[in-house]
Amino acid sequence: MTMETTQIKPASNLDLDATGVRVPSSVKDKLPSDAHNANVLLETKDVHIWFGQRLIIEKVNLAFPENSVTALIGPSGCGKSTFLRILNRMHEFIPGAALAGKVFYNGQDIYDSKVDPVDIRVNIGMVFQRPNPFPSMSIKENVLSGLHLAQLPIENEEEIVQTRLERASLWNEVKDRLDASASSLSGGQQQRLCIARALAINPKILLMDEPCSALDPGSTRRIEGTIRELSSDMTVVIVTHNMAQAQRVSDYTAFFLAEEGAPAQVVENGLTEEIFSRPKDPRTNDYVNGLFG
Amino acid sequence: MSLDTNTPQPIYFGREKSRTNTDKTFSSIVVVASFSSLFILTAIMLYLATTSWSVLKTQGLGFITGSVWNNAPDVQIFQIWPMIYGSLLNGVLGLVIAVPVSVLLAIFIVFIAPKPISKVLTLIIDILAAIPSGLIGLWGFLVFTSTASQWAELLNKYLGWIPIFGNESEQFARSPFIAAWVLAIMITPIITVVSREILAQTPKELMDAAIGLGGSLWGGIKMVALPYARGGIVGGVMLGLGRAMGETIAIYFVLNLVFDKVNLYKILEPEGGSVASMIVAKFGEAQVEEVKALLGAGLVLFILTLIVNMIANAIVSRYRNEEIA
Ligand SMILES: Nc1ncnc2c1ncn2[C@@H]1O[C@H](COP(=O)(O)OP(=O)(O)OP(=O)(O)O)[C@@H](O)[C@H]1O
Ligand SMILES: [Mg+2]
Repeated sequence: MTMETTQIKPASNLDLDATGVRVPSSVKDKLPSDAHNANVLLETKDVHIWFGQRLIIEKVNLAFPENSVTALIGPSGCGKSTFLRILNRMHEFIPGAALAGKVFYNGQDIYDSKVDPVDIRVNIGMVFQRPNPFPSMSIKENVLSGLHLAQLPIENEEEIVQTRLERASLWNEVKDRLDASASSLSGGQQQRLCIARALAINPKILLMDEPCSALDPGSTRRIEGTIRELSSDMTVVIVTHNMAQAQRVSDYTAFFLAEEGAPAQVVENGLTEEIFSRPKDPRTNDYVNGLFG
Repeated sequence: MSLDTNTPQPIYFGREKSRTNTDKTFSSIVVVASFSSLFILTAIMLYLATTSWSVLKTQGLGFITGSVWNNAPDVQIFQIWPMIYGSLLNGVLGLVIAVPVSVLLAIFIVFIAPKPISKVLTLIIDILAAIPSGLIGLWGFLVFTSTASQWAELLNKYLGWIPIFGNESEQFARSPFIAAWVLAIMITPIITVVSREILAQTPKELMDAAIGLGGSLWGGIKMVALPYARGGIVGGVMLGLGRAMGETIAIYFVLNLVFDKVNLYKILEPEGGSVASMIVAKFGEAQVEEVKALLGAGLVLFILTLIVNMIANAIVSRYRNEEIA
C-alpha cells in the first residue's frame, strides 16, 4: 500500500459562507437526487441487523457516492450507530451480533470470507461519539498510532503529523506541544485529534458517529468546516441529532425510524435539500421540523 | 468607598466542615483499623527480632551470607544463605512459568472466549485459587512429581548442554524445577484473577479506537489493553511472588532441602532451598539456640517479603505516574 498525501484544495475553489463553512448543495448541483445514480463507493443491499434474537434494523438499501457527505438522522436508539458499525466491520466484535444482507465497498462485498477486516477498517475509518484519544500517548503518537496498528509504512512522520493536524484544524493549537499527553487537550481538541488520527491512515471513507455531540458551538463549526473540506476527496457518513448540522454539512440525508416495537427502517433518503424542504413522507416532515412524538 | 471594609473574610472549606457524626465515627474506625494492622506487623517483627537477637549477634553477617547449619552443641553455627537464595530461585522460576500462562489466560477470558466459556474458566480459576496449599503440595508429592520428573528428564536429554538443564545426579525428583511447577500452579490463579479484573476494565472506547484504526484484536490488546493493565498485572505478579516465597508446606513436600551448599542454577538437580520450608523441617527437633536461629530466619523471610512488596508498589506507582504525566 502506498502512502500518498492528499492535497487540500485551495479555499478559492470552495464556496464559503461567512463562518468559513462551505455552502452545501449550491456547489454540488450536479449531484443526482437518487444517490444510486452517482458514482457509488459504498452501498448496502437489504441489510438487516440483530442483537441476539432482536432484529433492530430491517432492509436498509443505501448508496454513498464518492466524495459526498451523507447524514444519518433519526430518533435515539433506532440503530444509527449500529448501522454505522456495520459499514466497517466493527459490529462483529459485539457478542451475539448478527447481519443479513450485503455491504459493497468498491463493488467488493466486505463480508466476503476472502476479505481481511483489517483492510476494510483501514479504508473505512471511524470517528466516535465520545473523543477517545489514547490517553497514555502524546499528541504526535496519537496521530501516528493508526499507522502502527495497521502496520503501514511511515515515510515522513513530521509531515504526516502536520498535514493531518492541519486538515483537522488542530495544528495551530498544538504545534508547540506535540509531545504533550493527549489527555491534556480539551474535549473539542481531543475530538479533532481523533479526526487527525483517523485521517493519518488515508481512509477513502470516514464514518463519524455524532462527532460534535460533546462539543461547544465553536468546535462544532470547525469540525463541520473540516468535514466539508474532507469531502473534496473523501466520502463521509455522519450520524447527527442536529438538524441544522445535517443541512450544513451533508449532500444526502437518510432518515431512520423504528415504529413502536418494530425494527428500524430507512423511511426516506435523498438529497439533503429535498429531505429538509420537500419531504415526501409526513413522518420525515415531522422529524426534521422537530414535531416528533 | 474602599472595598476592604465591605469584602467579607473568606471561610475556607476544611475537610472537617461538612462531616456528619456518622462520618466522624466511620473515620475513627478506619483510622483504628489501619493502625492496628500496622501495629500487628510491627509487633510480629519486634517479637522475631528480640527473640532471635542473641543468636543473630553471635552468628553475625554470616547468618545470611554463609552456608553452614550445624547444631552440634559445641559448634552451633547457623547460616541460611542457601535457603534465602533457594526461596528467590523457586519464586522466580515459578513466575517464569506462571506469568505467561496467567496473562494469556486472562486475555483469553476477557477478549477472546465466548461468554459461557469465560464464565466456566473464571469459576474453575476461582476454585483453584481457594485450594489450600498443603493439598497442592500433597498432590505434588504423590502425583505430580513423577510426571514432572519425566519432563525434567526430557529437558535434560535434549537441552542438557544448556548449563541450567544439566544434571549430574541421575535423579530428577525433588528439584527446584518441580518446586517451581508446584508454585506456579499455586500462584497462577491469583495472577490470572488480578489480570482478568484489570483487563476487563479496559475502556471500550479505546479498544474501539484501536480496532477502528485498522488494528487487529491482538493489535488492540497490545496497544491499549496491556499498557492500560500493566501496573495492575505487575501488582498481581508481585502478589504471586510474595505468596511463592512464603510458601512452606508444599515446597517441603516436593523439594530436597540442602543446607550446606547453594544450588545456583542447576534447576533439575535434587538440591534446593526455601527459608519457609526450612523452618518447618527443623523446628520439631530444634534446641533453644536453634529455635532462635529459626525465628531469625523467619525475620529474614519477613523482610524479604516486605522488600518484594515495596518493589511492587514502586513499579505500580511508577506506571501510574507515567499515565498521569
Ligand atoms: N451491545 C448491544 N447489545 C444489545 N443491544 C444493543 C447493543 N447496542 C445497542 N443495542 C440496541 O440496539 C438499538 C440501536 O442502538 P444504537 O446505539 O445503534 O442507536 P442509535 O440510533 O445510535 O441511538 P443514539 O442516537 O442514542 O446514539 C438500541 O435499541 C439498543 O438498545
Ligand atoms: Mg448512537
